[in-house]
Amino acid sequence: MSDQTSLAAAAVVREEPALRPPREMPRWAITSLSVALAVLAWEIFGRDVNPVFGSYPSAIAVAFWELLRSGELHAALWQSMQAFLVGYGLAVILGVPLGLLIGRSRFLEAAIGIFVTGAYAMPLVALVPLLVLWMGLGFAVKACIVFLMAVFPIIINTWLGVRAVPKTLIEVGKSFVASDFTIMRRIVLPATIPYIMAGIKLAVGRGVVGMVIAEFFTAISGLGAIIITAANSFDTARMFVPVVVLMVLATALNSLVGYVERKVAPWQSEISGREEG
Amino acid sequence: MVQASSGHVSVMDVSKSFSLKVDNEYQTIQALKSVSFEVRDSEIVTLIGPSGCGKTTALRILMGLETTTRGRVTVGGKAVKGCGYDRGLVFQHAELLPWLTALQNVMFGLEMKGMRGRELKETAMRYLDLVGLADAANRRPYQLSGGMKQRVGIARALAIDPEVLLMDEPFGALDAQTRESLQGELLDIQARTKKTIVFVTHDLDEAVLLADRIIVMRAGSIQEVIDVPLPRPRGDLGALRGTAQFGEARYQVWKALHRAPDAASH
Repeated sequence: MSDQTSLAAAAVVREEPALRPPREMPRWAITSLSVALAVLAWEIFGRDVNPVFGSYPSAIAVAFWELLRSGELHAALWQSMQAFLVGYGLAVILGVPLGLLIGRSRFLEAAIGIFVTGAYAMPLVALVPLLVLWMGLGFAVKACIVFLMAVFPIIINTWLGVRAVPKTLIEVGKSFVASDFTIMRRIVLPATIPYIMAGIKLAVGRGVVGMVIAEFFTAISGLGAIIITAANSFDTARMFVPVVVLMVLATALNSLVGYVERKVAPWQSEISGREEG
Repeated sequence: MVQASSGHVSVMDVSKSFSLKVDNEYQTIQALKSVSFEVRDSEIVTLIGPSGCGKTTALRILMGLETTTRGRVTVGGKAVKGCGYDRGLVFQHAELLPWLTALQNVMFGLEMKGMRGRELKETAMRYLDLVGLADAANRRPYQLSGGMKQRVGIARALAIDPEVLLMDEPFGALDAQTRESLQGELLDIQARTKKTIVFVTHDLDEAVLLADRIIVMRAGSIQEVIDVPLPRPRGDLGALRGTAQFGEARYQVWKALHRAPDAASH
């Protein structure tokens, strides 16, 4: 009797549509909702604040539209991005090989490593007046500050990544009589890519900070100039425009690096989360 | 000098010590104490012993990944100086390059040896086929089971056509069934290719099933060398386990492992 009822129950269960995916909110929806709520809250509470001391999204949107229409924003963004891209590009091009070398060579690690960690910890911003003395107020000093801010996290991450390459993978290269250069290119470099990418992502944020600071301290130009002049005339909404633009830009750059990482190292996202035997 | 054929391995009075920092004090660890043995061409020799007995160190010295403190090692009559294409190493955990496919992993060693173009791909494919993985050529290591990874590891080592195959507990991390089928396949491959094999293991059955001779090691020295009188080809390894000769050889090795100069400690 009880057997029959349980059988019947089982049969009923089987008639249910099989394997319905659990109803979960997709990640992007959660993120969008969260952002929308934050913007809404800012809008509501921001309106109560004196417009000199704060601003709110709709006012910023209006300022954004004005800056866009007058062409100021394009011009400033282009000015800033030139310096950023040159400094950041150089940081990647020089930082990665340097990190690889330091990680592989006991001598270089002992000789140069200390400068790299020191420079990373040092408040580079304090050196800006000195850099201006050396390089003047133009493009070069801006690119240089971006470079200095961005290069050290790239070197350090690459270096740590090389140190984390399993010794046995290097021995695979050795067992096939590969040269040091070949081991570097064919084994160490690909094995280090996740670390390199992490460093490159970190460098985006630091590079953007470096760029704005450079624009404050040197020839007032680019997005930094809009921030400074707006702040000086107490136009807070206008001041927020480049800040928001830079935030969006840095986030977009980070996703771009993440996308490149998945293209360059597709195996990595598959491996992570799995135990490696 | 020993008149040696190409797959002949000779280890003469080899010692290896290294210093290890323990509690701020340097201690000299004697990994090998004047070890001597020979491996004939096409012979399979297993090195067995407890962890830390020096069997892996001996293999790494044969491969050229470690140097000797004293003594001489030759392969095919030539003194071992670093790694060379006359020796192929199969690693304990396969150690495939995770960003390469199975086929590319096998191609890696061949490329290092200077092979290019169509020959490269065809040779690699032939060796993947030899280990039964032609269908998995385009899979990456994370898409392969432990046994499949180790097959690729064997194919990669064999592809460069070494005289001697050196294997460092290659089946140690595999489940019993996979291990058994790989042992059978290894014997088949050896029967076809006639490679000399030096095989490190801590598994008693494995040592007996595979070997022509077993070198039992303890605390850096050779405890005993035991001949395995089982015929070759070995055929059905499962059936072999039931034979009296297998039991006898296994018991011999067991006795050698347990006849401790100093009580075995773990």
